[in-house]
Amino acid sequence: MNGGGRGVAPPSTAEVEQAVADAHRREWAFVLAATARVAGDFDLAEESVQEAYLAALSAWARDGVPDRPGAWLTATARRKALDVLRRRQVLRAKLPLLVEPDATELDLPDEVAVPDDRLRLVFTCCHPVLGREAQAALTLRLVCGVSTADIARVFLVPEPTMAARITRAKKRIAAARVPYRVPEAAELPERLDAVLTVVHLLYTTGHTAPTGGDLVRADLVDRALHLARMLAALMPDEPEVRGLLALLLLTDARRATRTDAEGRLLRLADQDRAGWDREAIDEGRRLVLDAFHAGRPGRYALQAAIASLHALAPSYEATDWPQIVRLYDALLDRWPSPVVALNRAVAVSMVHGPTVALADVDALAEDPRLAGYHYLPAIRADLLHRLGRNTEAAEAYRAAIDLVDNDAERIFLTTRLGRVQPGSAGPAEPPTVR
Amino acid sequence: MAQYAVLIFSPAPADPMDLTPDYVALLDRYPGQVEELGGKIVTGFALQPSTTATAVRGDLVTDGPFIEAKEVVAGFFILEAPDLDTAVQIAKLNPATIDGGVEVRPLFTPPVE
Repeated sequence: MNGGGRGVAPPSTAEVEQAVADAHRREWAFVLAATARVAGDFDLAEESVQEAYLAALSAWARDGVPDRPGAWLTATARRKALDVLRRRQVLRAKLPLLVEPDATELDLPDEVAVPDDRLRLVFTCCHPVLGREAQAALTLRLVCGVSTADIARVFLVPEPTMAARITRAKKRIAAARVPYRVPEAAELPERLDAVLTVVHLLYTTGHTAPTGGDLVRADLVDRALHLARMLAALMPDEPEVRGLLALLLLTDARRATRTDAEGRLLRLADQDRAGWDREAIDEGRRLVLDAFHAGRPGRYALQAAIASLHALAPSYEATDWPQIVRLYDALLDRWPSPVVALNRAVAVSMVHGPTVALADVDALAEDPRLAGYHYLPAIRADLLHRLGRNTEAAEAYRAAIDLVDNDAERIFLTTRLGRVQPGSAGPAEPPTVR
Repeated sequence: MAQYAVLIFSPAPADPMDLTPDYVALLDRYPGQVEELGGKIVTGFALQPSTTATAVRGDLVTDGPFIEAKEVVAGFFILEAPDLDTAVQIAKLNPATIDGGVEVRPLFTPPVE
């Protein structure tokens, strides 16, 4: 169990704390997923895993950091869960579905080959019995091990509210007897889509924080990337999983250049392309090609393909806009969303000019699903500005400013408004692409 | 096995006497399909049409169902199934889903604490 070949000197407190923190970041999902299988409910599993991490602090200081911290933590957490289950006299009667009533599990040896249950955990957290926000919150809590307080900050609710929401979600899973398993082939596409949507939601929530000062909440973005990587490793044959990972990598490659030194938002056209993360772009590009080779590309692979064309273009003007329009057409076919159609209009403006694009945007303005979506008036304003219709452009910028919640985006739009106000005629510029 | 109530919603007034022969034929097949999927119907009931409903809210008594809904409760059954996913799979095969819908609800059991 101990770190073989280690010196006799016990590790320092700092080393142990670092090892436990690393194991928390890297192994939490694995440990919790394996513990949930024997614990039978998520509350007990969570409690046991937390105790195991606490126990690691003293045990590892005494005995050294084990070679396989994940296995040590899992064995410890499972033992703690089983102790509780044994104490519950009604073990058999109450045995909920998550438990595999297997006698051998009750005499768990210290070193046991632990099956990788992380996918079961993810699919259970993203089960359709839960609403999207509950799925996202539960995934952060159980799969990523994020504290309830931090999740509350992400979703901009008070901590007790989030605690109640997570408890309710866990109760719901227990009450409805949601099975602890990976869905079968027939239902997999639909269920996988829910999982990918949750990961994407976490990423976009971090990427453009809906309110507040920082444009990017780096921690949440990293969690989402980590989840996407984990899914890609666990489901190597699913092209849409690769597509999602590619999309996140390609979008995130631009993270450092999305704002200037003062934290002001920069449009894609104005970003310093030399500052983009080439390694992430290359990896994303490879994943996109893989996903396309697998057959008819899904919506994440298509979005990633669009992002990769942006990432590879030498400049905004020299981007392969006709190909981007074609990819948007394919994307609309797979995913008929007005937001997709709105983004397509921006690409159309680069191919066919702002007049054609404006007609598309005006038609989309009728869609009630886009009411309150500040990108619509913002894009409209840019197109009007390019057509020299500055009075109307100013009006559209003001409409966008009224709808936006993020400070960086509000400052950006206010600057744009300043340029089109009568008396400050500026040169026509390409529109905004996030 | 867990127990679920499966609530059947059909276009108002959901008169069981007006069921088409096709629908009845589908209903006849249903218990067999339920068993094939590993479930069991414990008990089930069809209701008189919604025109016979009497609704009470507070001290207000009205005839008819609660809201002017296009779909009304037509019946319900208690289903035993190993888990929610199986129960939903079974519910999806119910002929009511063709022109109405079904709702799957786990039965409440008080916590043993």
